Amino acid sequence: MRRVYRLTCVICPLSCSVEVEIEGDRVKDVRGFSCPRGREWAVEEVLSPKRVVMTVIRVRGGKDPVISVKTDTPIPKDRMKELMSYLATLEVEAPVSIGQVLVDRPLGLETRVVATRSVERLGAF
Amino acid sequence: MGSEMSRSSSDDAYDVVVVGGGPAGLAAASESARLGLKTILLDENSRLGGILPQCIHPGFGLHCLGEDLTGPEFAHRLIEELRESDAEVRVGAHVTSIEMRSDLVKEVVFASPRGVETVRARTVIYAAGARERHRFEAGIAGDRVAGIYTAGEAQALMDLYGVMPGSRVVIVGSGDVGLIMARRFALEGAEVVAVVEMLPYPGGLARNLMILRDFDIPLYLSHRVAEVRGRGRVQRVRVVRVDERLRETGESFWIECDTLLISAGLIPRVKVLRRAGAIMDPATGGPVVNDRLETTLPGVFAAGNSLLINDLVDYAVEQGRTAARGAEEFVRGGGIRTRRWIRVRKGRNVRLAVPHMLGGDRDVWLYARVSKPVEDALVELPEIGLRRRVPVLKPSETLRLKISAVRGNELTLVVR
Repeated sequence: MRRVYRLTCVICPLSCSVEVEIEGDRVKDVRGFSCPRGREWAVEEVLSPKRVVMTVIRVRGGKDPVISVKTDTPIPKDRMKELMSYLATLEVEAPVSIGQVLVDRPLGLETRVVATRSVERLGAF
Repeated sequence: MGSEMSRSSSDDAYDVVVVGGGPAGLAAASESARLGLKTILLDENSRLGGILPQCIHPGFGLHCLGEDLTGPEFAHRLIEELRESDAEVRVGAHVTSIEMRSDLVKEVVFASPRGVETVRARTVIYAAGARERHRFEAGIAGDRVAGIYTAGEAQALMDLYGVMPGSRVVIVGSGDVGLIMARRFALEGAEVVAVVEMLPYPGGLARNLMILRDFDIPLYLSHRVAEVRGRGRVQRVRVVRVDERLRETGESFWIECDTLLISAGLIPRVKVLRRAGAIMDPATGGPVVNDRLETTLPGVFAAGNSLLINDLVDYAVEQGRTAARGAEEFVRGGGIRTRRWIRVRKGRNVRLAVPHMLGGDRDVWLYARVSKPVEDALVELPEIGLRRRVPVLKPSETLRLKISAVRGNELTLVVR
């Protein structure tokens, strides 16, 4: 079955209208892009869309109640929900420093959950 | 009262007092300290970074660092840079007034846990940011109930304090902030039942508009929320269709929800500047400035969202650094010596343009916004023969142009 997907490229502010034509799971044609990065993005967006996930995780004994985290690489879009539910069950112990890996390969995903700020320990000097 | 310090000799004065510790203020303070100026930064919050610490999504620093960072990470970089400089920092310091003692001496008065304090300054860089438009400014009538938040309030609750503000959400405004909050709510398991946009086109960047598709969030263009109803808590909102002149058409419907999020734009926080006597530009809501970003008060500069509302943090940082270089020129030269200014005029389809006056002798960044969206736009500055094609220009996006040496009395920006 032949399908055409119309996307607005988000790689740069040019916002090209890109069309990706798919037959089965094979790319037949890509039109409308103006750079190789745009072409690559559009194909990936159609075949296996990925997103960076950002949320907060509870912190025990910290000056802040939660710490902000992100996946350090985009993960498959259809696994975002599952990852969010898993991260909601976690609690980490303060102190946590920015860049610290809090979970490596969560749920077997090829990514790491990384702290995006630091939380000091409560009562620390 | 408060005169103890003002009686001291002018030698203990700072070269630069930076008001506000968000991206513009942090960059301004680091840059002025790096230029060898005696600098202090005052911030009213207990933590530095302005709104960055609560913006936990990526997309920061793409232009100025060439990296994709989250807000807290970007803030961390700026704060580290400041810590490595000689600038002093006071948090918990809320600036209440700037007193012009003379063209060369100002007093900055602030409230802190120690009481009311005063610092003397040769220059001030005002970077106090913006505030959010509230429900009444967005024209939303009805019950005064719990469950109505500005987007930034909800963001702080969720991403600084880990509190979920609600579970069935209607968002007013399709700008980037509204869309980003739509994603945060959806990711955390809330149901975002509508994003309501008054204009006939969506406001946000293309990458943020993808959020609507990712989470199947309905977008109502040419609609506005007119009324909230509920007992104790929001229960439903009335959404009305508007025509192209934003008048109500009479067509309306109710949406059940427990939370209403207002993302209806930002307004520069300029009360202190206005009271000190700075002339304001009604188009930006910020002060009138020259190309050093000096306001009409000699030696008082402005940067970031109190100068004009920026869509990218990179521009706020850039403005902070520009203001710091202006402050250096002021301190070393005993004022900005330019005597003849070239006025920047807003031509066709230009809603705002900053700076308002140019010396004409240096490269400067001009920040502008259009009134109406244009595809395949032609941006022109006829007096200097600049012509540039831009694929798309939207009122929500900053058009940033580099202007080199200019002669004449005027410069007109035209977009067609």
